[in-house]
Amino acid sequence: MITIFGVPSAALFGQLLIGLINGSFYALLSLGLAVIFGMLNIINFAHGAQYMLGAVAAFLLLQFTGIGYWPALIIAPLIVGAFGIVIERTFLQWLYKLDHLYGLLLTFGLALIIEGVARNYLGSAGLPYALPESLRGGQNLGFMFLPNYRAWVIVVSLVICFGTWYAIERTRLGAYLRAATENPTLVRAFGINVPVMITLTYGFGVALAAFAGVMAAPIYNVSPQMGAELIIVVFAVVVIGGMGSILGAIVTGFGLGIVEGLTKVFFPEASNTVIFVIMAIVLLVRPAGLFGRGT
Amino acid sequence: MKKAIGLAALAALLLGGTASAQQINVKIGVLTDMSSLYADDTGIGSVIGAKLAAEDFMKTNPNVKVEVVSADHQNKADNGVNIANQWYDRDGVDAIADVPNSGVALAIAEVTKTKNKAFLASGPASSDLTGPKCSPNTIHWTYDTWMLANGTGKAMVKTGGDTWFFLTSDYAFGHALERDTAAVVEKSGGKVLGKVRHPINTNDFSSFLLQAQASKAKVIGLANAGGDTINAIKQGAEFGIVAGGQKFAGMLIFAPDVLALGLKTAQGLTFTETWYWDLNEGTRAWTKRWDKERNSPGKVPSMNMAGVYSATLHYLKAVAAVGSAKDGKAVVDKMKQLPAEDTIYGKSVVREDGRVLHPAYLFEAKKPEESKYPGDLYHLRATIPMEEAFRPLKDGNCPLVKG
Repeated sequence: MITIFGVPSAALFGQLLIGLINGSFYALLSLGLAVIFGMLNIINFAHGAQYMLGAVAAFLLLQFTGIGYWPALIIAPLIVGAFGIVIERTFLQWLYKLDHLYGLLLTFGLALIIEGVARNYLGSAGLPYALPESLRGGQNLGFMFLPNYRAWVIVVSLVICFGTWYAIERTRLGAYLRAATENPTLVRAFGINVPVMITLTYGFGVALAAFAGVMAAPIYNVSPQMGAELIIVVFAVVVIGGMGSILGAIVTGFGLGIVEGLTKVFFPEASNTVIFVIMAIVLLVRPAGLFGRGT
Repeated sequence: MKKAIGLAALAALLLGGTASAQQINVKIGVLTDMSSLYADDTGIGSVIGAKLAAEDFMKTNPNVKVEVVSADHQNKADNGVNIANQWYDRDGVDAIADVPNSGVALAIAEVTKTKNKAFLASGPASSDLTGPKCSPNTIHWTYDTWMLANGTGKAMVKTGGDTWFFLTSDYAFGHALERDTAAVVEKSGGKVLGKVRHPINTNDFSSFLLQAQASKAKVIGLANAGGDTINAIKQGAEFGIVAGGQKFAGMLIFAPDVLALGLKTAQGLTFTETWYWDLNEGTRAWTKRWDKERNSPGKVPSMNMAGVYSATLHYLKAVAAVGSAKDGKAVVDKMKQLPAEDTIYGKSVVREDGRVLHPAYLFEAKKPEESKYPGDLYHLRATIPMEEAFRPLKDGNCPLVKG
């Protein structure tokens, strides 16, 4: 068998694939962050909490109404997205003209409150959520056993990421949105309701986080702190990709997943540090991020 | 004459009166994890344990007044030490109970010794608390890493699991657990094929699981705890680890963790604990009371919470026997002399190094269809007598032990 740096190539392919799967989650989450930052100029620190709410909503739907995984994939993001809209209307809309710091502090506070309330009612050990029946089992690829659910995660994530990128960069609606961030007054003059558009954008970003949460529920521990653990990494991904760059968020999300996966083979102890090392290097060399437009 | 008799009677009454009404005040601080990964295994449930012990003791000893306070150490040793200092110096706390997280617990043991108070450890795992770091002011009630390794490790090797691969949490606790378990495995004739050390709070274990799978070891030993263990097992099921013939050995698993996994995923897991809510009449009755206080349907108490109850109760008995809680070492010495027995832990022995001995139980998580009622989680597979369950006194290197 061929070995690369002492690791059998088959094992390496397996790890690459796994990196890609984790990258899917990074991409989904950083995508939402990038959309919100790009369109609203808000650093949404509550993103992790909203991701957690998505997973928790899926659990509660199953527990109390018997609604399973597939409907929850739609319903949970709708519920959490609506919650996001309420937040935007009551708090965030007053902050757009202020420094980024205010939005960051507000959303950070919200994240703490949401997580605290969740912990109070749900405890911290976690909630059980089973894999959907139709996605159990897996394929033996020769070099690794690929669970069907993981394959599904990659496919869905790619579709959502590409769809969002397309909607914002290539459609008329996306053009309005981008124009509204540049010059809201002018866009209003064309008869477009900018505040509603901004509100819906935030709702969409939050719904994306919740969607990722539902996707994560069957494979990760569903607990109030699940988002807090992930959000820091996702922020690093966004910073590396370039704040506000949609394509940057997607590409670095997948890319860093792979880098992290490889680190887990060669130097597992460093696997949760490697992303921050990369972030530091990128900030030194290209402060605006790999795909950032710079200011 | 009549007057004299009257006076004598009055004097006697007064004397007797002061003797029986000599009030002893005790204040117990439950220092625990209220908000993070161990909060469901300890936390508020442990505080309830201490409160129930206080309640029970005051019923039979009206002259002892027990007050229970609590705080969150947030799994930070410096934070825990600050609270302990404040409690001991300013708030008149006589004993600190629980303290999950070995790192924090070792620091609290040190503070408690300096201030001559008492430390009733239930939550922490490290066997060093009654080993090289033992203290005349500490007793370690519920479990430790040696006992976990010995119970689960031996049982797995005996049932054919003679090759091991470790997934280890990369900090002091994980290393200790891995070291103790590897020693037991090798001593019982097994072999350790490999290990991987993962950072604490790892979200995705798939990469490590693939490495474990590739090792072809029969047993994957999880030398981690809380959310890490849950994630590893959950994802192990997904990657077909158990279906492929390998077995997980969760070195540290509590009942709330099994609830969090769900029996569908947890079924077949084997692990060691010293207490389970459904062991006997006594534990069931206690759980009912605990449940009422906890007021959160579907939760079950962990062995740590029961350990806080039993340790506190025994401590209070010792305080009453000494007549005051002020001299921590004297009370702990008394705890070692008095026989320990209660309705939930049965008979225990407090050894001179501070280790508390009781039988340990080898449990297996039930299949979902075997679970008859909410909280019905375990099969009892074996009972390890107290003499075998814990590390022998002479092997601990505790400076308190002479000879």
